[in-house]
Amino acid sequence: MPGDATSTCWSCGTMRAAHFCSSCGKVQPPVPADYFTFFGLPRKLQIDGSQLEKEFYALNRKLHPDVYASAPAQERAWSLEQSSLLNDAYRTLKDPIRRTEYLLRLEGVELEEQSKAATEKARATGEIKKQVVPPDLLEEVFELNMQLEELRAQKKVGEDDPALLEELGKAKLFLEEKSEGMMAELQTYWKDWDRGVDSGTEESLRKTRDQMVDLINRRNYIRNLVRDVNEVLES
Amino acid sequence: MTPDRIVGIDLGTTNSLVAYMQGGTPAVIPGEDGSNLVPSVVALDENNQTIIGNSARRNLIETPDRAVYSVKRLMGRGVDDVQEELKLFPFRLADDLQPGEVLRIQLGNRSFNPPEISAFILRQLKKNAERFFGAPVAKAVITVPAYFNDAQRQATKDAGRIAGLDVLRLVNEPTAASLAYGLDKKTNGTIAVYDLGGGTFDISILKLHDGIFEVIATNGDTHLGGDDIDNLLITVALDDIRGDMGIDLRRNGEAVQAIRKAVIDAKIALSSQNSVKLDLELPGGHHYRREITREMFEQLAQPVIDRTVGPTKQALKDAGLKPEQIDEVVLVGGSTRIPKVRQLVQDIFKRVPHTDLNPDEVVALGAAVQANILGGGSEATKELLLLDVTPLSLGIEVAGGVTDKIILRNSTIPASATQHYTTQIDGQTNVAIHVLQGERELAKDCRSLARFDLKGIPPMPAGMPRIEVKFLIDANGILHVSAREQRSGKESEIEVQPSYGLTDDQVEGMLLESFDFAEEDFRQRQVIEARREADTIIAALEKSRKNDAWSKLRKDEREQIAKLESGLLAVKSSDDYQSIRKAIDVLNQATMRLAELMMDSAVATALKGKAMDETNLEEGPTAGHPVAKAEFK
Repeated sequence: MPGDATSTCWSCGTMRAAHFCSSCGKVQPPVPADYFTFFGLPRKLQIDGSQLEKEFYALNRKLHPDVYASAPAQERAWSLEQSSLLNDAYRTLKDPIRRTEYLLRLEGVELEEQSKAATEKARATGEIKKQVVPPDLLEEVFELNMQLEELRAQKKVGEDDPALLEELGKAKLFLEEKSEGMMAELQTYWKDWDRGVDSGTEESLRKTRDQMVDLINRRNYIRNLVRDVNEVLES
Repeated sequence: MTPDRIVGIDLGTTNSLVAYMQGGTPAVIPGEDGSNLVPSVVALDENNQTIIGNSARRNLIETPDRAVYSVKRLMGRGVDDVQEELKLFPFRLADDLQPGEVLRIQLGNRSFNPPEISAFILRQLKKNAERFFGAPVAKAVITVPAYFNDAQRQATKDAGRIAGLDVLRLVNEPTAASLAYGLDKKTNGTIAVYDLGGGTFDISILKLHDGIFEVIATNGDTHLGGDDIDNLLITVALDDIRGDMGIDLRRNGEAVQAIRKAVIDAKIALSSQNSVKLDLELPGGHHYRREITREMFEQLAQPVIDRTVGPTKQALKDAGLKPEQIDEVVLVGGSTRIPKVRQLVQDIFKRVPHTDLNPDEVVALGAAVQANILGGGSEATKELLLLDVTPLSLGIEVAGGVTDKIILRNSTIPASATQHYTTQIDGQTNVAIHVLQGERELAKDCRSLARFDLKGIPPMPAGMPRIEVKFLIDANGILHVSAREQRSGKESEIEVQPSYGLTDDQVEGMLLESFDFAEEDFRQRQVIEARREADTIIAALEKSRKNDAWSKLRKDEREQIAKLESGLLAVKSSDDYQSIRKAIDVLNQATMRLAELMMDSAVATALKGKAMDETNLEEGPTAGHPVAKAEFK
């Protein structure tokens, strides 16, 4: 059960768990915590999904506003805040990509994709905000863009070339397979990361972190490409 | 002290019901006339006394200007939102309505807003419950369509308050239905609830797990239901009468209501018969006679019924499930009695839907179960917990009129999200925050929920203030927003009040539209971003003109840059993002040497004061290309 036994329950005075009292069961004032801490988990990436779900259900049974519907206003407010944190944390941690991105953010990394701040900054200062084509895809991306351009032009005049459509369909399939392959790659980094947390050096963690950043950026690049292809195919 | 009685209320478009938990079983509380259903009809008699329910139905035909039905369609909506409804329904808006005011309906010589009219119905239900218990009832759980937006939910809560009820919770109708359905079956699995009522359609996909009812995805249309089929039938009859007898009855309220009643009876009969005969006496002694076969009816209703397919498929997609992965399909709402609707559901899910629940009552029964849970629970409900989701994404408007989504649709509620914003101009002391709901990319296409101002930001250079905005959706699906400037700690908090009177698209259509317009949205977004990028480059170029490097360029190079710059300026305001990007690219090319020169001078500056032998040119500062292409993917 997640929690720290260092504080006492506001209601009954015994030692308490983090979110609700283990003795009297009452909701406790929320303490700022990251999503891993909220679930009492270390900052590791290999998470057992069904265990997390079990914990999610168990905590909801203790924290959900329905449980406090007839409680005093203060407890209702705590319950609202605690259960929204719980839901936010679960939503983030259960999804492999969101979980990885969240951890990287905790580690101080700003990913290109979500870095609105970087976009704003680029706009204000005229600095570069780059989106790098993954090197191993340079050729494919180049060709794909040509094909997309051609199909767009064709569509404008109301045609579409079946051969080109087939080519694009294949390209899309290739990208989707690539993206799936990346999930397997990501899982090996998770292992590295988790091992690093237990016994690794700063440097090995940094290396894994950078590998994950690179992977997520590449994956997002591919996702955007697939979106572009779908856009043209469905137009 | 006996615990407060909490009742469950289904405030429907066509009928409303009140229910409570009797021992371990939910039961509907009948009215004085013995009927479980209270038609959602409100009328005023000649003494301006309200008449509700069954007895008001007569008034609908006899004094149509003093009666109103289907008011749920108007809940939480502005005048501009309801123009379509006004064409199809005999709603008479008050003449003295002011712009931006909550709309009011004229009944005789008085006018009421939609929550007030709903409150009349709620008050009747409350009275029925009090008569039944012989004790006052002050607390209730009220159901709403899952796809109701924030404003519609607020309006429903307001109605409860006006009726003297403490609304402990708004529960989504399909979720309530699933509670009633799953109460006595301790099953685990995935169910779909298809809820087609008088005026609204919802589809929800739920996971049942040891008493936890977790909604995975929901979708719908808050203006789609049996009403729409009725209106088609009325139109056919009016056209017939005009064509055959040359009588135009469209403006004759009594006659239209008489026709409405007749076609609804016919519609209901056609669920069990293959044909019905209409026989209506018309003003002037004429008779309108017509046979309607089920085939004709189905042909007419098909387009309405088909509108449920899109939301259903979207919900499945959002849930990440294939139709075959749904263990059970539950039908809710009177319109699911139509055989064609059942057929459609069966075709989509490839299984026979569950029909042994009374589709008119199951939502109220579920509301009673939830009321019992909130009241502290009982043996029957102690293991039960509902985890619902928000049906629409929530966001905030950012530069360029783009919606920045902060909480995505189908997030479990309560849910929260925190975002940071900053100022755009030096010394800016106010930041306007525009809160939106919907799936579309552009703010103008989403439903505006509220605008609020964060005031008194200490004057700082642009980009310095750090404004934290926190969105919190409570268990009712109602949004609360707070904002704080972190350097000054200044806080401003609002409860989101619905923005009436704004001409935004109808929210219920948003998701569907979003689907249809996804491409157009994407294009518009590309245009906005290409323009932004162009601005960035032009600004950077402006800066570099002051740099020494500028004067080191040859005259023809400077002229070329100026020419391409004006080329970019010329296309910048066009809607063709591809030509904007092209202009950006060529300008980039032309400024390549400028960038190199600037880099050299930056290196030179950095090297000043350092002995040459201590440094290595390789380690010079890496000034970026000042006008490099930015990517906003």
